[in-house]
Amino acid sequence: MSDDPQMTTGTPQPAEELRPPATEVGVLGWLNHNLFSSKLNGILSIVLGVIVALVIWGLAQWAVLDARWDVITDNMRLFLVGRYPPEEIWRVWLTLTLLSATTGLSAGSSGIGSVRMLAIMLTAGQLMLAALILVSGLGIVASLALVFGAGVVYATMLAAQRYPVRRLWISLGWLATTIAGVLLLAGLGDATPLPSVSTNIWGGLLLTMVLSVAGILLSFPLGVALAVGRRSRLPVVRVVSTTYIELIRAVPLITVLFMAQFLFPLVLPEGLRIDNVIRAIGGITLFSAAYVAENVRGGLQAIPTGQHEAAFAIGLRTWQTTVFIVLPQALRITIPANVGLFISLLKDTTLAYIIGLLEILGIGRAVLANPDYLGTQFEVYLFVAVVFFVLSYTLSQASYRLEKELGIGER
Amino acid sequence: MSDPLTTNEPDVKGISTKPRDVKRTPPGPDAEDIIICRAVHKWFGELHVLNDINITVKHGEVLVIAGPSGSGKSTWIRTINRLEEHQRGDIIIDGIELTNDIRNIAAIRSEIGMVFQQFNLFPHLTVMNNITLGPIRVRKVRREEAEERAMQLLNRVGIPEQALKYPAQLSGGQQQRVAIARALAMDPKIMLFDEPTSALDPEMISEVLDVMRELAESGMTMLVVTHEMGFAKAAADRMVFFDYGQIVETGTPEQIFENPQHDRTKLFLSQILTH
Repeated sequence: MSDDPQMTTGTPQPAEELRPPATEVGVLGWLNHNLFSSKLNGILSIVLGVIVALVIWGLAQWAVLDARWDVITDNMRLFLVGRYPPEEIWRVWLTLTLLSATTGLSAGSSGIGSVRMLAIMLTAGQLMLAALILVSGLGIVASLALVFGAGVVYATMLAAQRYPVRRLWISLGWLATTIAGVLLLAGLGDATPLPSVSTNIWGGLLLTMVLSVAGILLSFPLGVALAVGRRSRLPVVRVVSTTYIELIRAVPLITVLFMAQFLFPLVLPEGLRIDNVIRAIGGITLFSAAYVAENVRGGLQAIPTGQHEAAFAIGLRTWQTTVFIVLPQALRITIPANVGLFISLLKDTTLAYIIGLLEILGIGRAVLANPDYLGTQFEVYLFVAVVFFVLSYTLSQASYRLEKELGIGER
Repeated sequence: MSDPLTTNEPDVKGISTKPRDVKRTPPGPDAEDIIICRAVHKWFGELHVLNDINITVKHGEVLVIAGPSGSGKSTWIRTINRLEEHQRGDIIIDGIELTNDIRNIAAIRSEIGMVFQQFNLFPHLTVMNNITLGPIRVRKVRREEAEERAMQLLNRVGIPEQALKYPAQLSGGQQQRVAIARALAMDPKIMLFDEPTSALDPEMISEVLDVMRELAESGMTMLVVTHEMGFAKAAADRMVFFDYGQIVETGTPEQIFENPQHDRTKLFLSQILTH
């Protein structure tokens, strides 16, 4: 080796890089580690593999050969919007398009991955709906409207990436979208170009989305306020918050919904009637807020006292400390818990059928009551389950992205 | 006011342009008293944690407070900006008496900067926003102005390049220097340091002590709880030795180190200096 010039100059020669054994990497490595790491595991893997294959084969055979998908396609309009008048249904698509524009604008301007993720999901969702509508024969126009909405998301996102919009304008945009959406869906009055559509006949996916989005948007601020209130130094605020939280948490959602349905009208003055859907939103909001409050309280308690002390030491008042220092950190660490709560809120909207509202599961039950569709329970429930899965999975993925993004400043 | 931070021309290097080897003239007897504690007592439940504290601190004085853990030294400096409430006696800061009056507490806190053992930076804010939050929200300074001042302070503590990072991305020593800059951003008349180097890895202690020494030379009134006796010898005008909630002994660093009067002081010094 002494004739090696590199040795004489003292430069260490790089050791030859060996490939890891084939049983450690790649497909073989994965199999070796995960499925066949021992004899018992190998046997279990094979047995389970056979069972899974049989189940999938059976399901696929059923889905292709036996399933009566006409129960879904024939009733697609009911599943999507309930008894919303067919001639007014364009208002739903227009609302979706507005939503697409605002979402695209936010996603493009902020560059926040979780918002972008929501925008992508909105695009995908509209394309899926467009396909469903197409196979259901609900009209090529509706289908095209949804494809257009999907395009709007992307177009506004790309435009806003080049010309970002100020945050103030985005907030105003969301406010305007919300107001416009409500007016579009509910109508302005019978003599106007937008005749009123009573919320009593809203239904299906539309109602599910309205109930859950409104429930989430309203219960979150209320819950945060309750959590802060529960830790307030003012005894009255603290006692009221605590009592509210404990009372609500002590009863099931169904009872809260019943109360919203039957007790509120008794308490309210004669002649003042509150819309059914608003009552349901009220019940869901009041219920979820208590749980949001407890999640956030957990987050507030996790913030070390040193943070309060440091804030006081630079002269911040108590409310400033809460708003600028404690809440931002507490809300961040409660994202997983709160998103979990919102996912269950989304699924709990199915309880609205108790008070006579036909959200997507309610529509499913109504369809099954039709003798024409006897014996199609599996198709209907599978469809509803897939819809809920898509919605819940979107939420959980967006929250996962959000957590990662906000993790930058983690201690 | 003899506050050099506000009267000095704010240039990029701050007041570090002053020659560092010049020892500040000790405050004369005519200097105004900025902190007056008269017969201060405090209890945690049954525990008498501050027992008859009587001391005055003059403008520009650097006070190092030493003593065994649990002796009340941290508690005492925390009563100065009302993070702890005293239960008997008077504390008067720059002519304002500390009472339960919220306006007094706010006024006093905005004049006192504090640096904590655990840094207590706000982890969700960048270094820049950590420093500018107080000036913008409490002093109502315009953002651009606050950021300019923050950059001067970051230059002064030697880490201007970290302005846009988050605290978790910095080393302990850098975090503590940000904490010092954050406190200085409020243009305080008094700086409190509660064991500022105790949570640091050994190789980072000196970078923080250097900043503190420079601050002491600039004429800041400082109360420093520390076990760094080297810093005490180099920068302190006066040392205070605490034990069992009482001030056992005060004196210049020379007096305390070379000729401690009290047995407890001797014992403490022998324990802290022999290893």
